[in-house]
Amino acid sequence: MAEYSALALVRNALNGNRDWKPAWRKPEPKASYDVIVIGGGGHGLATAYYLAKEHGVTNVAVVEKGWLGSGNVGRNTVTVRSNYLLPSNTRFYEHSMKMWEGLSHDLNYNVMFSQRGCLNLAHTPAQLDDYARRGNAMRHLGVDAELMTPSEIKRLMPAIDISAKARFPIFGGLMQPRAGTARHDAVAWGYARGADRRGVDIIENCEVTGFLREGERIVGVTTVRGDIRAKKVAVAVAGSTGRVMQMAGIERLPIESHVLQAFVTESLKPFLDTVVTFGMGHCYVNQSDKGGLVCGGDIDGYNSYAQRGNLPIVEDVMSEMLALFPGLGPVRVLRAWGGLCDMTMDGSPIITTGPLPGMYLNCGWCYGGFKATPASGWCFAHTIVRDEPHELNAAFTLDRFHHGILIDEKGQGATPRLH
Amino acid sequence: MLITCPYCGPRDLSEFTYQGDGNRTRPAPASQDLDAWNAYVYDRLNPAGDHNEIWQHSGGCRSHLRVVRNTLTHEISSVGFVRGDAHARKPGARK
Repeated sequence: MAEYSALALVRNALNGNRDWKPAWRKPEPKASYDVIVIGGGGHGLATAYYLAKEHGVTNVAVVEKGWLGSGNVGRNTVTVRSNYLLPSNTRFYEHSMKMWEGLSHDLNYNVMFSQRGCLNLAHTPAQLDDYARRGNAMRHLGVDAELMTPSEIKRLMPAIDISAKARFPIFGGLMQPRAGTARHDAVAWGYARGADRRGVDIIENCEVTGFLREGERIVGVTTVRGDIRAKKVAVAVAGSTGRVMQMAGIERLPIESHVLQAFVTESLKPFLDTVVTFGMGHCYVNQSDKGGLVCGGDIDGYNSYAQRGNLPIVEDVMSEMLALFPGLGPVRVLRAWGGLCDMTMDGSPIITTGPLPGMYLNCGWCYGGFKATPASGWCFAHTIVRDEPHELNAAFTLDRFHHGILIDEKGQGATPRLH
Repeated sequence: MLITCPYCGPRDLSEFTYQGDGNRTRPAPASQDLDAWNAYVYDRLNPAGDHNEIWQHSGGCRSHLRVVRNTLTHEISSVGFVRGDAHARKPGARK
């Protein structure tokens, strides 16, 4: 029987909530494991979960330097979508979308996945043509996409300014109806509990300080809680990839760490039930179940490990949001925060074996890693067990940059701040 | 974040354009060493701590600047011209 159910709620309500177990244990690290996953964020926990569930590999440790969900999985703007142009991205993110659709049931944990749609607004006829092209590419691969007219958009979100005198008038938009939002902390907690119940050790406050080697081969990690050996060491540390890989002697990677800011306003009555993005600049907004508007925009645009940003981006995001919804003028911002983004040179991720023997690397999520969480863990687990990528992540190699097979969704070239 | 331009003095971040890692070495234009070109175009040092990087004061004097900035604190410890002091002549001076 499922651990969390209506019956369990009733039973615990009647007996004073004495039967609930902690969602995951707090084990001491063992001397060795089959697989160590470095990084207890969404991707690392999902990887451990699918190692156990799909491949029966349960002698696994997830080592996390802080507490679970202290990194990007607790810092993002919760949007889940698969509206990409290039086939290798579209297939991967659509696989992720399908996993999201069954995730609460699979994990027996409510991740509050809400398919409220994601609308990209077009502000010029050329941009609308471009969106039509992307929509057609998506539909060609079986992903849902619909072009919307300004009047349809106005019906969907009455607060939006579609007038011709708007600074950037709205010509239409590309809607992915199955896109939406999810409760980000629940994703981390759900995967953690699912992995823990299958025997995975989740070891918090266990910062990795170096790698154990036998010759070239990685055979474990040194941590602040002692050495841990493993047959395979998987790295899923997002914005800290550069720092961790330097411990392994890899000085340079096709990655820059940047800071992405996000904001939430005070709670409002429900007025926006879709994720909407401003197309003349970069701003995305959704309204949380608590009523706050969760929004963000571009990355700050310079290397940073600081988890906080600067004011020019704050001004950009707020002015773009006001351009869309002029009525939001009096609303106050409650909180702002920053997260680290591992920006690659083509804006697409890396899930691969190597670069050293015994090591596996999952990184390069730029600022779009949250929606990828299920498929990333699923593909990474496959790659770790089989020592070769799944067809879905075969294109996401580390050496694609040196072979000229980039996956550059926007055609920006090797300038991470523009992706 | 303020960057102190050697010409213009302390100016707001929004006047500057980031041009990235200043530790890269561009191969000679005629070089056919593909590995060196690939490393120049795609590979980055990305340190947590002091970072040697290039900025342009694009909203000001348009000078290219070499900045050492701490990526953990955003603290800037030095700013100079990319081409060294030769560019630090007085405005209007000729070669």
